[in-house]
Amino acid sequence: MMKVLFFASLRDALGTAEVDVSLAQGTTAEALRAQLIADHPQWQIALSQPALLLAVNQQMADWQTPLNESDEIALFPPVTGG
Amino acid sequence: MTEPALINVETYISVQHDDFDMAAEYQRLAASASCGAVVTFSGLVREFAKLSEQDAPKVTELFLEHYPGMTEKALADIVERARSRWPLGPVTVIHRIGALPLNAQIVFVGVASAHRDAAFSAAQFIMDFLKTEAPFWKRETADGKTSWVDARQSDQEASKRWS
Repeated sequence: MMKVLFFASLRDALGTAEVDVSLAQGTTAEALRAQLIADHPQWQIALSQPALLLAVNQQMADWQTPLNESDEIALFPPVTGG
Repeated sequence: MTEPALINVETYISVQHDDFDMAAEYQRLAASASCGAVVTFSGLVREFAKLSEQDAPKVTELFLEHYPGMTEKALADIVERARSRWPLGPVTVIHRIGALPLNAQIVFVGVASAHRDAAFSAAQFIMDFLKTEAPFWKRETADGKTSWVDARQSDQEASKRWS
């Protein structure tokens, strides 16, 4: 099981701060997004936002990044600090 | 003539609820003998787009959410990238989280260097990437309603000037 965290407006839109996903080792982040939408069709609009950002093990990453079981994955909207 | 090596290259990063003291932060940066320049920036809470449009209720508060754990790493990484471009002395980045009233201090970036060019550029660089890479999100409250603040395209453009 892989743990996926959601923050800010994305968490509010999905109605949950985290979810566990079962995925094969080495699956890309893009495939993880597709799996989340398949598991939760009501999340399709929120998870399809083109500006959505991804972090793998607390580092910004791109959607082609291969994922491992023990990775901490986070999805969030564009950041607005400062 | 070669420049003396910068002796104090300490990076201080803090993500905190508490306010910060500009004078104290400046003193800490200015204490490095090899540095002839200190540039400091402070960002304040202001009203944001959606809820502050005409006839909209007044924004009374801003709430800063962050990604615990990643935030400090992202800020440290941005400072390291600045250090790889300019010879810097001590650098301080402080970002507040939680509920903040209008006009409160929200962010501090302070950079010391031997000369002003490096200090100005590095402070600008750090703020530009803090705005686009550090996982903070603002939510504003007006008349009991809350709304997430949208990211600005101009912030994305600003960070591109360094590539």
